[in-house]
Amino acid sequence: MPFIPHTDEDEREMLAAIGAPDIEALFDEIPANLRLQTLQDVPAGLSEFEVLQLMAARARADGRPLCFIGAGAYEHHIPAAVWSTISRGEFYSAYTPYQAEASQGTLQSIYEYQSMMASLTGMQVSNASLYDGATAVAEACLMAVRANRRSKAARILLPQSLHPHYRAVTLTTALNQGLMFDTLPYTREGGQLSFEALSAHDGQDFTALVIQQPNFFGVIEEVDALTDWAHAREALVIAVVNPTSLALLKPPGEWGAKGADIVVGEGQPLGCPLSSGGPYFGFMTTRMQHVRQMPGRIVGGTVDVDGRPGFSLTLQAREQHIRRAKATSNICTNQGLLMMAGTLYLALMGAEGLERVAASSMQHTEELVHALTAISGVRRVFARPVFHEAVLALDRPVAPVLSALAQRGIQGGLDLAGYYPELGPALLVCATETKSSADIQAYASALSEALRPARAA
Amino acid sequence: MSKIPADLRYTRSHEWLKELPEGIIEIGISDHAQESLGDLVFVEMPEVGRSLAAGEACAVVESVKAASDIYAPVAATVVAINAQLAEAPELINQDPYGRGWIMRLKPTTQGADAGLLSALDYQALAAQS
Repeated sequence: MPFIPHTDEDEREMLAAIGAPDIEALFDEIPANLRLQTLQDVPAGLSEFEVLQLMAARARADGRPLCFIGAGAYEHHIPAAVWSTISRGEFYSAYTPYQAEASQGTLQSIYEYQSMMASLTGMQVSNASLYDGATAVAEACLMAVRANRRSKAARILLPQSLHPHYRAVTLTTALNQGLMFDTLPYTREGGQLSFEALSAHDGQDFTALVIQQPNFFGVIEEVDALTDWAHAREALVIAVVNPTSLALLKPPGEWGAKGADIVVGEGQPLGCPLSSGGPYFGFMTTRMQHVRQMPGRIVGGTVDVDGRPGFSLTLQAREQHIRRAKATSNICTNQGLLMMAGTLYLALMGAEGLERVAASSMQHTEELVHALTAISGVRRVFARPVFHEAVLALDRPVAPVLSALAQRGIQGGLDLAGYYPELGPALLVCATETKSSADIQAYASALSEALRPARAA
Repeated sequence: MSKIPADLRYTRSHEWLKELPEGIIEIGISDHAQESLGDLVFVEMPEVGRSLAAGEACAVVESVKAASDIYAPVAATVVAINAQLAEAPELINQDPYGRGWIMRLKPTTQGADAGLLSALDYQALAAQS
């Protein structure tokens, strides 16, 4: 459809039809003193060419820094076919389509996404995606309260080592819905959840235990023992996982004797570029036993009147257009475009490709930690094994060091001062498969120089 | 025309009540209600032993096109649920007053059921809706 704005002639005709002298006359009901005559801080418009020039200049100012920041969003190589395919008109929509069954191709892609996520997490059923990792955790907590009817408390145990943004979004979403949260500390030696601290909750009524694997510090948790501990107390287990890590780590469906009950996470590592924080997509999988408590859309396989296979939205009685106020959630679509990118990414990488990405990321992070901790004034904070991220302690405040590294085109990691002040000057670093040994050496020598002047002084 | 047995009592939210021995009452949904909902695909039950306030939502019947809450007609404790409905929710469509019963309750207080409708009154209500 061509975009043709109305002409002066169109305006004259429309005004004549309603008998108004000019457009200004349409606003004469609004008192003059309430009207802003000019938008003082908004400059005049630029031409397309001027905008391109401006943006190219801004992009040059940013440069192409080497990014060693992870903390929930990870730079991975994305095969070019992913975004060239999803920008086709058939797929280019953010939403589940209206009259969904008329769009069998879209439903098939969602069905394939669900199948892959269920398989990757070791669970039985997946929804069609949620907004992002943080809202997925919040939805999982609300779902656990509906699903665990043995517990009366609506109380969730949240690790302090859960991503701080996930924690903040979960509290914002759930506190006003009557949920209560207890914080579980991490051990200062290993960075994993402390069983000693868990024992304080023995004998209490709580609904669910949230376990992030790997946790925000990149540390591998003792998921089997934690899962069994929670299940022995009739609580559900909410697993928060990095999908890439599942190519190497045990899927949550196999944690402990019975497996996790609800699995959520951030889908960004699967085919979504880092783009100033989003949009990304959240995922959620569970067991069939809990499917009616799951929020979001679900696509099911079916047959039409002639017995031919097809796809349809299913279990919609959970959703707000049918259940109204008692719907499982107010989410009523999915993060369609990003989910599609994730589906294509997984399809193109395959199980083997994903495993190679995960193994390479883990190896590069080990190499990075090794190179950086060889520098005087840098040491590792936690002794436990990590996936592709680690916390390093510096001998001085982190922020000025990161600024010095940025001058050299290196984004050196996330300063943890604002999130975990108890750790002292601490830095969360990550190296995915995209960082070569030369990149890692470049970071190490830049850090070495950045730390030198103060040592000489 | 849907069936409305004369020996049962009814609620405005389309549940029926049957008095069993020892003060136990059995609850289900009316023929009219199952017809309006269509083919049932799932019934969510309360836990046995749960105490319910009068009017509390305590179960959900879900059909292919809608989901509807079941309300406790009187303050009571759940003493039994129809476990067969987990596998065969269609029993409610086939036999709403018999094998499609949903739960059995022990009322907390006697004589708290004053607001219930007779078959005749319920027939009038169902005719309007």
